Amino acid sequence: MANAETDPMMPQPWVVRRISKETPDTFTLALTPSEGGARSGSGGFRPGQFSMLWVFGVGELPISISGDPADEESLTYTVRSVGPATQALVSREAGQGVGVRGPFGTGWPVEGAAGRDVVVVAGGIGLAPLRPVIYHVLRHRAQFGRLVVLYGARSPRDMLYRKELVSWGRHQDTQVLATVDYGGVSWRGRVGVVTSLFKYLRLQPARTTAMLCGPEIMMRLVARELAARGLAAQDVYLSMERNMKCAVGSCGHCQWGPHFICKDGPIFSYARIAPMLDRYEL
Amino acid sequence: MQARLAPEEIDKLIRALARRGYAVLGPTVRDGAVVYDEIEGAKDLPRGWTDEQEAGRYRLKPGPAGALFGYTVGPQSWKKYLHPAQVKLFEADRQDGLFRILGSPAPPARPYAFLGVRACELAAIAVQDRVFLADRFRDPVYGARRTPVFLVAVQCTQAAATCFCASMGTGPEVRGAADLTLTEIVNGEGHWFLAEAGGERGQEVLAELDRQPATEEELRRARTAVESAAAQQVRRMETAGIRDLLYQNFEHPRWDQVAARCLTCANCTMVCPTCFCTTVEDASDVTGDHAERWRRWDSCFTLTFSYIHGGSVRSSSKARYRQWLTHKLASWIDQFGSSGCVGCGRCITWCPVGIDLTEEVQAIRGTVNHGNTDA
Repeated sequence: MANAETDPMMPQPWVVRRISKETPDTFTLALTPSEGGARSGSGGFRPGQFSMLWVFGVGELPISISGDPADEESLTYTVRSVGPATQALVSREAGQGVGVRGPFGTGWPVEGAAGRDVVVVAGGIGLAPLRPVIYHVLRHRAQFGRLVVLYGARSPRDMLYRKELVSWGRHQDTQVLATVDYGGVSWRGRVGVVTSLFKYLRLQPARTTAMLCGPEIMMRLVARELAARGLAAQDVYLSMERNMKCAVGSCGHCQWGPHFICKDGPIFSYARIAPMLDRYEL
Repeated sequence: MQARLAPEEIDKLIRALARRGYAVLGPTVRDGAVVYDEIEGAKDLPRGWTDEQEAGRYRLKPGPAGALFGYTVGPQSWKKYLHPAQVKLFEADRQDGLFRILGSPAPPARPYAFLGVRACELAAIAVQDRVFLADRFRDPVYGARRTPVFLVAVQCTQAAATCFCASMGTGPEVRGAADLTLTEIVNGEGHWFLAEAGGERGQEVLAELDRQPATEEELRRARTAVESAAAQQVRRMETAGIRDLLYQNFEHPRWDQVAARCLTCANCTMVCPTCFCTTVEDASDVTGDHAERWRRWDSCFTLTFSYIHGGSVRSSSKARYRQWLTHKLASWIDQFGSSGCVGCGRCITWCPVGIDLTEEVQAIRGTVNHGNTDA
């Protein structure tokens, strides 16, 4: 007889502790296990992993963990409202329940990047799964070389974590560059796609690990640009997205060639997937 | 040790399994097809019927008089029991803004006994075992049904025109583990069965039936009958290098050609004994305080299957047919260590426009100029 301990499809009851608005359509939720409920995943997560978040009677979604991996109390998720289930998620209030399964999937190579420069390239809400990496590097600053964050957003009001972006840039050996597609009259920053930021970069390709998350076309172009600048394909990592219903490799939805994004990914090295990125409708 | 049984013993076998607490599931005729359902005795079996199959065509017609298993395979597979088309994953109640889960999927009240499992279907069960039980996460719904199941295999002594198990290495001779394996012989001289137990459970059930030791001649005739089912097969799948063949021909004009015929109706995935894809659906009652979550079969032929915010990844029918065929015959090997195809031919028979995957593979193979496509 299946029970909640062994059934990977059974959500655990968690509670919203805080919910904060990042942009007009994007919110960050901090969740903790409900009273008496065991913390699923038994403590912690690897930066880059995701959970399945279920809203009672509405639906379930894969959402990347966007919080600090050192936070042992809660798991934090940043959600953009684009449909009924995400709208229901961002409409939760503190004290209300959310079903949680996971964490699932592979993580960013934070251990492998120790001693190296870390280049984070994010587009839009793609910054959310990369924020745990930034927290980790800044918390263990001496273990890493330079940290570079390149961030592209649609417009200034669509930028996530704006205060943090500024504060991260104040750390030693840390460079944060942001750009937007549409600036508007009051924007005094850069305008252009994220690859336009590469001209400000001084890369030491042999000692750099790059981590990319954003729209697939953005990651494809960034990965090519990094390769052109001498980064080895095995030092570039991408977080892939596909439809997911189960997160445990049995619903079939997230297949991408031979891979199940949910269990073989979502983080892949460019060396592993470069040819597949060029295949339209794979 | 093979034993010879009179045909009347099949009824006793069904009742012996029922006495042991099994829900005995087997072939029966309904709506012009052989389907699987609960059976009470030999009277429910498709006695005297056989099937005629071609691409896009299935008809029952009178077969060898008195034969209980004179058909090949119908539209359904045992997947409908082991991996049900819909399962309630859980129910939940809302309580003060939180919720409480009210239990796990219930296993069936009685364990299943399958009567009439073909060699290709045993192979299909083995394929789904690798997907649901041997992978990183075990599926408790499948496991609860699969673990106690009692399998009575029945050898094929004839092939439909859509069968190609011989070329897939999955039949027609039963090779997988079954509790009992039967061979039915019907001809002008008589009607009898050979039975062989595949383990202790099978031996115990067999011991309750009237049986005689099989003679050398009977064994020879049973072997010949199964061999003739292989010899009758007119379709074959050339499997040598098939994974690389399909990977290397992601772009090939044949995909456009087949997409012009494919209705993306998903019939092939519904009748396939190994296709495992599912979706989940949430429902709540009118008060909004009680919710259910259901898992249902899904198909890579639907547009919503690959939907992510912004649109479907595989929006063309070309991409969806290519995904199905490439998964079934190529990426399945990378994922689960075997082909996802067992050569049962159901997807050919039940395709409303008669698309034949063996023909599609051959068309791609016939026009490639590179890669290790030699047999």
